[in-house]
Amino acid sequence: MAGKIATRNAYGETLVELAEKYPELVVLDADLSGSTMTKFFAAAHPDRFFDCGIAECDMAGIAAGMAADGLKPFINSFAMFSTGRIYEQIRNSIAYPRLNVKVVGSHGGVSVGEDGATHQCIEDFSLMRAIPGMLVCCPCDGNEMRLAVKALMEYDGPAYLRLQRLSTEIFTDELEGYSFQLGKGCTLREGSDVSIIATGLMVSKALQAADMLAAEGISARVINIHTLKPLDDELVLKAARETGCIVTSEEHTVIGGLGSAVCELLGEKCPVPVVRHGVNDVFGRSGSASDVLEYFGLTAQKIAEKAKYALSLKK
Amino acid sequence: MVKLYGKDLQLMAARARLLAVDAVHTAASGHPGGSLSCMDIMTALYFNELNIDPSNPRWEDRDRFVLSKGHCTPALYSVLALRGFFPIEELKLFRSIKGHMSGHPDMRHVPGVDMSTGSLGQGLSTAVGMALAAKLRNKSHRCYAVCGDGEMEEGQIWEAVMAAAKWHLDNLCVFVDVNGLQIDGRTADVMPTEPLDKKFEAFNWNVIKINGHDFEQIFSALNSARSFKGKPTVILAATVKGKGVSFMENQAGWHGKAPNDEQFAQAKAELEAKIKELEGN
Repeated sequence: MAGKIATRNAYGETLVELAEKYPELVVLDADLSGSTMTKFFAAAHPDRFFDCGIAECDMAGIAAGMAADGLKPFINSFAMFSTGRIYEQIRNSIAYPRLNVKVVGSHGGVSVGEDGATHQCIEDFSLMRAIPGMLVCCPCDGNEMRLAVKALMEYDGPAYLRLQRLSTEIFTDELEGYSFQLGKGCTLREGSDVSIIATGLMVSKALQAADMLAAEGISARVINIHTLKPLDDELVLKAARETGCIVTSEEHTVIGGLGSAVCELLGEKCPVPVVRHGVNDVFGRSGSASDVLEYFGLTAQKIAEKAKYALSLKK
Repeated sequence: MVKLYGKDLQLMAARARLLAVDAVHTAASGHPGGSLSCMDIMTALYFNELNIDPSNPRWEDRDRFVLSKGHCTPALYSVLALRGFFPIEELKLFRSIKGHMSGHPDMRHVPGVDMSTGSLGQGLSTAVGMALAAKLRNKSHRCYAVCGDGEMEEGQIWEAVMAAAKWHLDNLCVFVDVNGLQIDGRTADVMPTEPLDKKFEAFNWNVIKINGHDFEQIFSALNSARSFKGKPTVILAATVKGKGVSFMENQAGWHGKAPNDEQFAQAKAELEAKIKELEGN
């Protein structure tokens, strides 16, 4: 396939593809359909698209009521609002009654860019992971996003899906042995010295970091975790046992996201050094996506540095 | 089921009030005040208005009900038990670790509960979702909700009110139990919500004002709501918090407090006298 696409576009296109097969699929938005890319669905199926206006809390409740009636709603806004602003509505109206609502947060992370800190959600994984029974998913490219949306359509229960604003290369379709299953990570590259466990935008950078490390004679395994919860315990434990140290990488605060999930597991089952790479407990800031990512050290170079640090802790 | 009217409804409401106060007393915890204020509305809904089947609580074409003021489980659970959704004895396990009669409505464990609620302001949105789903599927069942007047202070209520008007949800009928009191005192003092009629009218709803303890007025409002096309209906029901138990009436302090043994004995005596009076006629 190759080429570039933002995961939000892949998401929007896939919703349209699924509409015919799933008549119970309905899409709700809160006045951001042009950005969340639900506009494609709105145009194709106006009768099954509900613009709730700038009223995210109500959108969550409406979706809960629809799901109680057997519909399968996907609710959409920027991650900041679809998880942060309406955390409690998701918890009490959707997740507690275990209703089949998919909560979608587009514009996740700092790569939102110019809009700055108020719109750069770096806490969505933590917030959603903390809710009992909530599945949390963050695909790494357009191909994986399409597979994730299809899988979530079949998944019966509350789930959170993070989308990216930024266009990025599609690469998973050309990886040998790649397959997608909710709750299962995949090893994108074998390695024996250190494991880099990454999610979303950081996965392709982790692969680049592994190339840099290889040039220095370090063998780095790269694992893609698209489903942060439930975490693929088996795959993470295997990596810890076989490589003895771990770097986690995410476009998210290092508190409560992928790094925390890996630490929680390994701390109890296989204590090895884990170095968390992400946003270090600070708010985002305005700038072009690439400048902001560079500013926060969300780069392949930085992952490679963290990997060497993890290796030093192992010795 | 044979629909109840007149005295039979009053009698059922009195029985439900006794069950509700009994449940709160047994649990030594719960919300009697608002449960008693909305009990006539709840009884009218469950013993006359709602098209439901206790032997098939998830029947697809049933009318839906959302208790948006979710803390009033004593009212909801009592009418559900009396209507036959589960044995009355289960009310003894209200709020107890030994059962599933949770403090706030739990659709996954209590038969007849259509939506889990409890966090104020959220239930109305879910009722809007149910009404929209019914429209989308060309279903003719109706959706009902009961909100509190204090609950009108939640911003999400007005988001839902806007949405229901946008989608012309004439299959949605919402009661506001206007008892004028909330935990911290008079609603007019804590955070004034009036004039609710003008607000709902301005938001493009069909507005009906009634005495929420007068069954004739309740049914007249329900009938008018059913025939009104193009807009959702709100029934602003003036009620007395703690209705039916003399020392609880119009006292904010009985919002979320259980009666002690002595107080319960008095409440029971009053309600039993009422039941006897109604049975006698």
